[in-house]
Amino acid sequence: MSDNKSLLTIKDVYASIEEKQIIKGFDLDIKPGEVHAIMGPNGAGKSTMGYVLSGREGYEVDSGTITFDGKDLLEMEIEERAAAGLFLAFQYPVEIPGVSNLEFLKASVDAIREANGEEPITSSELLKQAKEACKQVNLPLAFLKRGVNEGFSGGEKKRNELMQMLLLKPRLCILDETDSGLDIDALQMVAEGVNSQRSPDRSFIVVTHYQRLLDYIKPDFVHVLADGKIVKSGDASLALELESQGYAWLETHKDEEIEG
Amino acid sequence: MTVQVEIDEALAREYEAGFISDIESETFEPGLDESVITRISKMKNEPEWMLEWRLGAFREWLKMEEPDWALVDYPKVDFQAISYYSAPKSMKDKPKSLDEVDPELLRTYEKLGIPLIEQQMLAGIAVDAVFDSVSVVTTFREKLQEAGVIFCPISEAIVEYPELVKKYLGSVVGRKDNYYSALNCAVFTDGSFVYIPKGTRCPMELSTYFRINEQNTGQFERTLIIADEGSHVSYLEGCTAPQRDENQLHAAVVELIAMDNAEIKYSTVQNWYPGDENGKGGIYNFVTKRGICHTKAKISWTQVETGSAVTWKYPSCILKGDDSVGEFYSVALTRGRQQADTGTKMIHLGKNTKSTIITKGISAGRSNNSYRGLVKMAPTADGARNFTECDSLLIGDKCGAHTFPYIESRNPSAIVEHEATTSKVSDEQMFLCRQRGLDPEKAVSMIVNGFCKEVFKELPMEFAVEASKLLEISLEGSVG
Repeated sequence: MSDNKSLLTIKDVYASIEEKQIIKGFDLDIKPGEVHAIMGPNGAGKSTMGYVLSGREGYEVDSGTITFDGKDLLEMEIEERAAAGLFLAFQYPVEIPGVSNLEFLKASVDAIREANGEEPITSSELLKQAKEACKQVNLPLAFLKRGVNEGFSGGEKKRNELMQMLLLKPRLCILDETDSGLDIDALQMVAEGVNSQRSPDRSFIVVTHYQRLLDYIKPDFVHVLADGKIVKSGDASLALELESQGYAWLETHKDEEIEG
Repeated sequence: MTVQVEIDEALAREYEAGFISDIESETFEPGLDESVITRISKMKNEPEWMLEWRLGAFREWLKMEEPDWALVDYPKVDFQAISYYSAPKSMKDKPKSLDEVDPELLRTYEKLGIPLIEQQMLAGIAVDAVFDSVSVVTTFREKLQEAGVIFCPISEAIVEYPELVKKYLGSVVGRKDNYYSALNCAVFTDGSFVYIPKGTRCPMELSTYFRINEQNTGQFERTLIIADEGSHVSYLEGCTAPQRDENQLHAAVVELIAMDNAEIKYSTVQNWYPGDENGKGGIYNFVTKRGICHTKAKISWTQVETGSAVTWKYPSCILKGDDSVGEFYSVALTRGRQQADTGTKMIHLGKNTKSTIITKGISAGRSNNSYRGLVKMAPTADGARNFTECDSLLIGDKCGAHTFPYIESRNPSAIVEHEATTSKVSDEQMFLCRQRGLDPEKAVSMIVNGFCKEVFKELPMEFAVEASKLLEISLEGSVG
């Protein structure tokens, strides 16, 4: 089903954390411009898949292949994957005290540019882009001078992730439960930010537990993940079906995973 | 690769200032007795009173015991195996200007990133360069003299300004103060002398660079800074040494005198050779730094300590005058097998005296990093205040961070506040940085720089950049 136009091809991936297998035969193919939603009960392995893709330490791929833009993703270091255009928006963004957002953005943008053989961004250009991004995600400009996520509220952290995404212009954005802990206004804002970035050469994986985010970010495909593998795929209507019936109607689940 | 492995690799980085300069030197044979001290004094053409002062200190030193209360562990220093004087041969007839300085020496400083000629051109910083036991060159002297500022090697000050030296040398750190300071009094060879006249704002930053080159020598420099009433000076100190397998001793004494309404800002970037991964070689840095503040005076110490095998150093303030202010800002980074026991003493004697202590200790590898600080409120210190913040950052799990705060308050109206935190460079932080494209080295250095920000902002601009770069270099290989 994959062809040479695919941005990301995941084939029969098994992955473990501390010897415990969480991902058990995962397949997914994403073409440029597509938005894929991955839904599923807690413990199904949704966040794990995001970490596996970004190469986080401790997430071991036991078998299977992952190809990103024609390259073997599993051979790449975390920062090489980032430079190739893979971006993970964290569910719980961590604080880096004393490092201002602006400094962090400049370092990130420059690191990625350098890896791609480009000149560093000028400070004035970066500032211009950062100000625009701030406006777009509705963060006051003062946030650029504050430490990365330092003392930010949950919603502010999520918007800060989005701001980084706007500046780094990745080719594949993985949004890991970006909707969790957001009120409806914040959710809408985040969704608008994401929608503004949709383009024919940028793909998204939207990981979520709830359907409501998908009211705002319309996915091209919805996949249901249970016990480490995709058990059902469909279009946006599958999300609505899940919403009305819950995950319980999925047959492959275990009892303790039933929720919501 | 685990975070720990990355960090270990980053820390396995080489010392950049570790080269040895091929300069012909005149070096005393190792050993210490009264005749050696007499020879040093003769070499420096010192007056008789100075020799007597030295010998008095030496006799006190012989009666003293090496202190062992610091959390550092090193083999006993054999003081008879050290040479107490080494000078480049070409210095015998002291050069009058930069043109007369041995080009090899100038190249050494250039390699260290201290191009003396350029410094002289780019108005801004006056530099005194001390190579082993002698001051090589002091730039900008004429310009400073116009403002009435004296900035010269202390060996010269002893001859040229004996009254000032006699009055203040040993007035803050007495000859019997401690084991290493007594030794320094006996054998110090050079260092910088600064006098800022009344009401004068020193027109440029003053800076001294210390370099130990010769093998088996100790460096015992002595710095004396006097800021007369209402004057202001900012002074920078930098240090490096070649990479050698033997340990070398550095036992300096710095005395600051801030008269009424005067202000002294003293910044140090210390990058002595720290020894190799297994703790072989490196400088023993046993330093006594202390300042006295008269009425409404202010002394601010800022230090960035990244080098030395063992550091034993407590830049302190005696807040004698009412309304005087003492500050201590410190970043101490240890890696490999380095050991640092550093902090400050704030002695509040005057009314409404204030002190602030902010320290950032970063430990990596198998190093040990201790903060040791004393805040003393005398019965006379009505309304005195202190605020202390000690933060420790651990990189990896084989290093140690320790905090030893001592508080002695004998005045019920004095307020002492102490805060301390310990944190780690977390997997999450590393992962976030790397996911945003930073390689592990850049990630660690960015996190550590953020941790140190409060202190770096106290450094003069050019030094802040240097300090931040130095941290980056020191951390390179602490990740992989």
